[in-house]
Amino acid sequence: MLKIENLHAQVGDIEILKGLSLELNAGEIHAIMGPNGAGKSTLSYALGGRPGYEITSGSVNFDGQDLLELDPHERAAAGIFLGFQYPVEIPGVSNLQFLRESLNSQRKSRGEEPLSGAEFIKLAKEKAGLLKMDMDMLKRAVNVGFSGGEKKRNEMVQMGIIDPKLAILDETDSGLDIDALRVVGSGINAIMRKPDKAVLLITHYQRLLDLVKPDFVHVLAGGRIVKTGGPELALQLEEEGYEAVAA
Amino acid sequence: MSEVVKTDIQEQDERAAMNAEAQAAVDNASNYEFGWSSDIEQDFAPKGLNEDTVRFISDKKGEPQWMLDWRLKAFRMWETMESPDWAKLDIPMIDYQDAYYYAEPKAKPKLNSLDEVDPEILRVYEKLGIPIEEQKVLAGVEGARKVAVDAVFDSVSVATTFREELEEAGVIFRSISEAIKEYPDLVKKYLGKVVPMKDNYFATLNCAVFSDGTFVYIPKGVRCPMELSTYFRINAENTGQFERTLIVADEGSYVSYLEGCTAPMRDENQLHAAVVELVAMDDAEIKYSTVQNWYPGDEDGKGGIYNFVTKRGLCQGKNSKISWTQVETGSAVTWKYPSCVLNGENSVGEFYSVALTNNYQQADTGTKMIHNGKNSRSTIISKGISAGKSDNTYRGLVRVGANAENVRNFTQCDSLLLGDTCGAHTVPYIEVKNPTAQIEHEATTSKISDDQMFYAQQRGLDEEEAVSLIVNGFAKDVLKQLPMEFAVEAQKLLAISLEGSVG
Ligand SMILES: Nc1ncnc2c1ncn2[C@@H]1O[C@H](COP(=O)(O)OP(=O)(O)OP(=O)(O)O)[C@@H](O)[C@H]1O
Ligand SMILES: [Mg+2]
Repeated sequence: MLKIENLHAQVGDIEILKGLSLELNAGEIHAIMGPNGAGKSTLSYALGGRPGYEITSGSVNFDGQDLLELDPHERAAAGIFLGFQYPVEIPGVSNLQFLRESLNSQRKSRGEEPLSGAEFIKLAKEKAGLLKMDMDMLKRAVNVGFSGGEKKRNEMVQMGIIDPKLAILDETDSGLDIDALRVVGSGINAIMRKPDKAVLLITHYQRLLDLVKPDFVHVLAGGRIVKTGGPELALQLEEEGYEAVAA
Repeated sequence: MSEVVKTDIQEQDERAAMNAEAQAAVDNASNYEFGWSSDIEQDFAPKGLNEDTVRFISDKKGEPQWMLDWRLKAFRMWETMESPDWAKLDIPMIDYQDAYYYAEPKAKPKLNSLDEVDPEILRVYEKLGIPIEEQKVLAGVEGARKVAVDAVFDSVSVATTFREELEEAGVIFRSISEAIKEYPDLVKKYLGKVVPMKDNYFATLNCAVFSDGTFVYIPKGVRCPMELSTYFRINAENTGQFERTLIVADEGSYVSYLEGCTAPMRDENQLHAAVVELVAMDDAEIKYSTVQNWYPGDEDGKGGIYNFVTKRGLCQGKNSKISWTQVETGSAVTWKYPSCVLNGENSVGEFYSVALTNNYQQADTGTKMIHNGKNSRSTIISKGISAGKSDNTYRGLVRVGANAENVRNFTQCDSLLLGDTCGAHTVPYIEVKNPTAQIEHEATTSKISDDQMFYAQQRGLDEEEAVSLIVNGFAKDVLKQLPMEFAVEAQKLLAISLEGSVG
């Protein structure tokens, strides 16, 4: 589904991704772990097409097309969803309005009919229920006044509504309380653990991986994948730390 | 009373979502292109401005002598006046002799319903995207909501609807020319009482040459059974538009009035100098909403309407309330300060404004809240959005008279800048002569952040959609004051007006 080859990306003059390669197949969940500043968020932005994150060499193929050719909203319509490490506030725009417009924009560029108001509300209610989020939260402005944990949960409601092919979730577990973590974990499974979907789970902790079992675990350090293994690699990292494992 | 009109933000969102299909219909309808004009024949006053022009207009309208005398007095006064200095505005000299002051569609019989309107005119509305048809569609979708439309095409009312139902309620809703003939005492009593003839250069000019406009009277204790609406259009080359509106809400009455306008593309600069006067008696409320989209000129600043408007409301009675809501996206130059004179005890003045400027547009707009009554309160929410090379100024005055105890004012002025070549300015004037007053003023200036843009684009919106969404969010506090169908139209307008301002 996603094939990243020898990706180099820089922000300003600083090269952050230095030849990163990674391949995800449909039906797989991959975890990426790595020290602070390793380039994990940068990878997610590079895949999302964020302006300012310049790809200097390498290639990214998504579902048979050159991802790097596409604008950010085209990548979204192609099925890529980023769960942000720091979700952004949009004052005055309700979550419902934001998501309805976003979803219908995606549908339009895929040549699908827009959802009617009633269909959309039904969908939103269902996904909010899945993540145990009150509909009243969805009527509030996007992330404005949301607690850290609420923002992360909101990202997952958005993912549920948008129903992407590939979700890149950047530290979705950080900031969540114990119960919320469980809800989010089972939400990710319910939405994304399907034969035609894949997840790239960026995390620092085993606790999320207990709930969303990865098929592969990668260590990202110094702008590269330096080690790949199965779920046991995460446990080993937790025990021994990055220095020992990735050295 | 305001609760009835003011929709809760969340409820509105839900309604908005539920009405998606209705909106889609509206979206399609309002997807018009600028740069087009119809070829309905015009009856012109001779070019230029002199006493004969004034007499011509008055004669055309079959006005009584007192009206002509009033006009002539204004004209002579205007001749002695000088054009105001332009504050933040930079505009070329206007040659008042090089314009026409009166034009009307070729004489047609008065019509009873919209069906009888010249199809060419209906087509104009349709093409402009704010067609009367749309009102019907919306009325159907929304259920019982009704909008009475007094269609002003160029200078003359060509159709008035819902007249009977209004008449049953005792509401008078007429073109001002009709009212002058049918209700001379009422008109005489109030015309020029809120905005005196000598008020300012453009108001005086309007007194002399006003072509048409609307008169509304709501009798005691009557809640007007529908929103009243007038769509103004400019459609004749070189024809100044001098609309005159007078709304009187008698004791305990309520009315919501909607005014909207769009003009086709023109190369010549066109002058528009309207006067709007509102009077609210004891316990009366007037809600006046405007979506203004006069032709703003092209990307190079060529053409566009000059919009010099004097709008003022008098809260004469105790507990009276006047609320101005405006969405200004048009005009090359806007000079406009809808104001409230709060004479009544416990009276309330409100001003909610979104002013968007793009390319070379200039807007100098704001309000004046003149507090003379005890316990009078006012709220000012101004949202300025500047893009391109435009300049956007909020200018507001809050004045508290010596005898006005316990006055409260809250002012919030927010500016949003798109790009680095535009300007936003906030110029508050505060004059307080009574120490019990509580005046609050907040101001912010911001830009759309890269984070917001990427977040919205990552969810699937393209660049223009993302900007439009964020801008609409910025303006939300004002847009939510508008009646539903107007809010939809306004959102659309903001998006259209920002086209080409990103990327
Ligand atoms: N816009 C930027 N300007 C300058 N440096 C940047 C920018 N964005 C990222 N960097 C740098 O790139 C490096 C990688 O950052 P990134 O956010 O990708 O790390 P990360 O692996 O996600 O870390 P964390 O675990 O703390 O979230 C860091 O050293 C960071 O300071
Ligand atoms: Mg990070």
